[in-house]
Amino acid sequence: MQVIYIMWLRQLKRYWRSKSRMLGSLGQPLLFLFALGFGFGSVFQKAGQGNYFDFLAPGIIAMSILFNAMFNGIEVIWDRQFGFLKETLVAPVSRFKIMAGRTLGGATVAFIQGIIVFIIAAMFGFKINLAAIPLALLFMFLIAILFTAIGIAIASKMDDMHAFPLIMNFILMPLFFLSGALFPLDNLPKAMDFIVKINPLSYGIDGVRGALTGASHIGILNDFIVLSALIVIVGILGSWLFSKVEA
Amino acid sequence: MKKEIISVKNLSKNFKGFKAVNNISFSINEGEIFAFLGPNGAGKTTTIKMLTTLLKPSFGEITINGFNPLVEKDAARHSFGIVFQDPSLDDELTAYENMEFHAILYGLNKKIRKSRINGLLKFVELWDRKDEQVKHFSGGMKRRLEIARGLIHHPKILFLDEPTLGLDPQTRNHVWKYVLELNKKEGMTVFLTTHYIEEAEKVASTVAIIDHGKIIKTGSPLQLKNQTKSKSLEDAFLKLTGHDLREEKASSRDSMRQNRRMWRR
Repeated sequence: MQVIYIMWLRQLKRYWRSKSRMLGSLGQPLLFLFALGFGFGSVFQKAGQGNYFDFLAPGIIAMSILFNAMFNGIEVIWDRQFGFLKETLVAPVSRFKIMAGRTLGGATVAFIQGIIVFIIAAMFGFKINLAAIPLALLFMFLIAILFTAIGIAIASKMDDMHAFPLIMNFILMPLFFLSGALFPLDNLPKAMDFIVKINPLSYGIDGVRGALTGASHIGILNDFIVLSALIVIVGILGSWLFSKVEA
Repeated sequence: MKKEIISVKNLSKNFKGFKAVNNISFSINEGEIFAFLGPNGAGKTTTIKMLTTLLKPSFGEITINGFNPLVEKDAARHSFGIVFQDPSLDDELTAYENMEFHAILYGLNKKIRKSRINGLLKFVELWDRKDEQVKHFSGGMKRRLEIARGLIHHPKILFLDEPTLGLDPQTRNHVWKYVLELNKKEGMTVFLTTHYIEEAEKVASTVAIIDHGKIIKTGSPLQLKNQTKSKSLEDAFLKLTGHDLREEKASSRDSMRQNRRMWRR
C-alpha cells in the first residue's frame, strides 16, 4: 500500500511544482470552450438545441482530462529514457503496484485539471444542477483513470519519444473530435454514429453531461457500466504489458 | 575460505542475432572490488542489467548473494544497490524526497528510514542541501546522492556503472573515497565499470576485461600488467583490446541523451 501511495504522491508533487504545465495544459481547452462555445452559440440556439455553452462545457472538461491523462504516457517514456523508471524497476516491489500507483497519481492530476476547467466554465455561465456534481465528479474520475491507464499501456510498448506525436494525431485528436464533445449524438450519419459508439470517450462525456445537464443520450447507467468494464480490461492489459518492460 | 557472492556461468544475451554478451563466466568473492573493463559496446552494461534483474539472459546462470535473479527476484533485488550509468533521480523532487522514495520502495519503516537517510546524506556531504530540488544540483552532487540512495537498504553488493563519468577530479576522488570506505568498513562487495582505467587500477582487487561480448582476461591489476609486460593497467588494456576505434551506431537512447542536453540549457 505504501508503495502505491509514494508513487501517487510523487506524481502530485511533480504536478504541483511545475506550474507552467498546470497553466499550459489549460490553454487549449479554454480556447475551445470560449471560441466554440460563444462562436457557435447562436447557430445552435437557432437550430432549437438550446444553450451551446452548456452543451459544450462537459465535452471540454472531458477533453482536458483526456489530454492530461494521456500525457502520463509521455511521462513514462520520459522516465524510461532518463533513467528514473529503472530505479523503480530494480526495486523489490511488484510491477503491478508501480503501475497502479502511477495510474492513480496520473489520474488524480488529470482529474484536478478537469475540475479547474469545470470551475472556470461555471464562472462564465455554465448552468449546472448542484445536486448532480458528485455524480459528474465520479464520471470525470472514471475518464481520468481509463485514459491514464491507456496512456501508460501504450507507453510500455514504446521506447522513444519520437513516436508520441503520432499518438497525438492518430489517437488523441480522433478520440476528442469523434466523441460527442462538440456535437449532439442524435441523427448522425450511420458511419459516424458507429465510430462515436466505439469511442470510449463518448461514454465519459455522455455521463458527465447527463449528470450535469440531465441530457444523456446513451443513459447514465450504460455509461457507467461501459467505462468500468473498460477500466478493468485496460488495467489487466496494461499491467501485463508493463510487467514485460525491460530497461 | 572466501565466500562467493556473485557467480555467472555461460551467460549470453542476443539482441536480434547480435551477440551482446557471448558465453561469459566469472565469480566474485565477498568483499572484493571487481572492475569490469571494456571498450564501448563491449557488453558491460548489458551484463550489469542481467545481473540486476533488468534484462533476461538468453542463456546461462546467475547467482546473486545465493539467489537466482530470475526466480527469487525480490530477494536478489534486496541484495544489491545500483548506481546507473545515466542519472536516475527525479529532478523535481528534493534530495531527501528521492532518498525517502527509495527507502519506501525497499520497505523500510519510518524510524529506520529517517536515521539511515540522515546518516547517508551526511556521509556524501549533502546534508545541508537535503531540501533542495535535485534539478539545481551539479553532476557531482547528483552522483553522490545516487550513491547514498543505493546504500539505504544496506545492500551486500553495490553496482556502479561508470560512476565517475563526466565528473571533475575532485568529485571523482571523493566518489572513490566513499567506495573504498564502504568496502573496508562494511565489507561491501563492489562491481564497477569505468573507462578511467587508472582509477580501476587504484581501487580494484580483481579486473576482468571484456571485449566483443567475451571476457578476454581476468586477474588482479598486477597480474594483468605482468602478463602483458605493461607499465600500467591502461597499457595492458590497450594491448589486450587493440587500438582500433569502436564504431557504434547511435541508438535512440543516444539521440535522447543529446536532446536532453539541449532542453536542459
